[in-house]
Amino acid sequence: MVTQNPTDHPAGIRLPETSVSPAEEAASPLVFDVTDLTVSYGGTPAVRATALPIEEHRVTAFIGPSGCGKSTLIRCFNRMNDLVPGALVEGRILYHGDDLYGSEVDPVEVRKRIGMVFQKPNPFPKSIYDNVAFGPRILGLTDGLDERVEKAIRRAALWDEVKDRLKSSALTMSGGQQQRLCIARCLAVEPDVLLMDEPASALDPIATARIEELMSELKTRYTIIIVTHNMQQAARVADRTAFFSVDVAEDGSRCGRLVEFDRTNVIFTNPREKRTEDYVTGRFG
Amino acid sequence: MRETPLERGFRALLYLSVGVGLVTLLVLTITVIGDGLPFLDWTLISSPTSFNPDIAGARTAILATLWLMGIVIVLAVPIGVGTAIYLEEYADRSRLRNRLIELNIQNLAAVPSIVYGILGLGFIVNGAGLGRITLAGGLILTLLVLPTVIIASREAIRAVPNSIRYGAFALGATQWQMIRTQVLPAATPGIATGSILGLSRAIGESAPLLMLGVILTASKDPDPFSRFIALPVQIYRWTIDPSDKFHGLAAASIVVLLVLLLSMNTVAIIIRNRSHRTW
Repeated sequence: MVTQNPTDHPAGIRLPETSVSPAEEAASPLVFDVTDLTVSYGGTPAVRATALPIEEHRVTAFIGPSGCGKSTLIRCFNRMNDLVPGALVEGRILYHGDDLYGSEVDPVEVRKRIGMVFQKPNPFPKSIYDNVAFGPRILGLTDGLDERVEKAIRRAALWDEVKDRLKSSALTMSGGQQQRLCIARCLAVEPDVLLMDEPASALDPIATARIEELMSELKTRYTIIIVTHNMQQAARVADRTAFFSVDVAEDGSRCGRLVEFDRTNVIFTNPREKRTEDYVTGRFG
Repeated sequence: MRETPLERGFRALLYLSVGVGLVTLLVLTITVIGDGLPFLDWTLISSPTSFNPDIAGARTAILATLWLMGIVIVLAVPIGVGTAIYLEEYADRSRLRNRLIELNIQNLAAVPSIVYGILGLGFIVNGAGLGRITLAGGLILTLLVLPTVIIASREAIRAVPNSIRYGAFALGATQWQMIRTQVLPAATPGIATGSILGLSRAIGESAPLLMLGVILTASKDPDPFSRFIALPVQIYRWTIDPSDKFHGLAAASIVVLLVLLLSMNTVAIIIRNRSHRTW
């Protein structure tokens, strides 16, 4: 058990105020409910999660050492693993109560509702405007496209920087701007959930701070899941945190596992599991 | 840094290699232009081919070659790009069937062109009963350049990074939407360059078309359903004729063919340089 004052965390992590507001405490309705999930590649299990509830309008962070399967898991929520040959998802993920992997579910429809931002900014080699308009055009939402694009770029806190050069190539932007453009691109189709796979790992500290700021604004409208290898980032932005670790079997095979899931404060100050404590205090990983 | 004698020797060898190629090209070009210059006039472009060297021109041959180019573009580009899209985006490479297709295409690119001529004579001209017409020649050349177009298109499609594909998928694009809106536009310069280079190989070919026989006089311009004589074949016919005048006409026609080829390659290079992109 860790019993230090949370503001004096051994790994130097400054936490949000310790007094948890009732709103923070209360459970929101669930967007995703994960039960007994195993993801395997070519028959080799990559990550297991027994129970992981994702609440609405909250930021949930997945943390853990490299190879713990956090990125693999986040790709289950928008069925991106379907695109990986040999990937198999077993167990159950409910999305608003419906089985996300049900036989009648079309992965393309899922991805229209659940946006994803990748580790490395991946703007399309087109204009800034066309990048944001891509999703709406695919969905046939071309009425009032200009307004829709503007709204999405504004929500991604990018409007003032790009409003005069919407027609120039997205590849001329800085890395941080590109990543916010990728966020805007997701927001343009009014998704329900935003999945972010280490969205700031390729960015400098200032650009990272902007993305983090943006996340706390966005969670009022969207549910956000973020994978991060940066504990400070999880502590800063997340309401809930899931800690993953790697189990090494006797034969040397490695498989990621969800060790603990709780409110972020609890994970960083008073975790139940010894492995979580070792990780967040910097003794391992 | 000082070069060792070995390095100096190696450098000299490299210059020599480049020199051999350049000098050969230069000598050939100068000789051809020298021989052909007296015949490079409007008659060459405007007169049909004939037994009489005084009135013979390359008009029919140039037109036939343009027809062949048109047929090859219309057939080889869609089929080649389609095959490349299938192999890169849809085919499951773990299946034997798809690996065999890949292997075959690579081998086909190395098959001597005369083999395509024999194949075309057997299956297109006689088998399908098309006869020795321009369309049959175009079909043979299409077969000839298809492997080149497929291989170039595959390279161009493969050069589109997966992050772009995932980005489109993550926004709810179907596979075809992803290909149409992201992969194809990004791969178009590479596909165009490869196709033009393949095409310029095709229009310089004479061996497969010789299999179709040639016409030595023409009263009217060729069309896809008439007998024809393509420019390289015309040049070949004229060079084996004993008359010096025909040799001059051949040299002048070579200049025309060279101009055609060089301008196509220039277009390919311009497209490639314009579209230089770092991801």
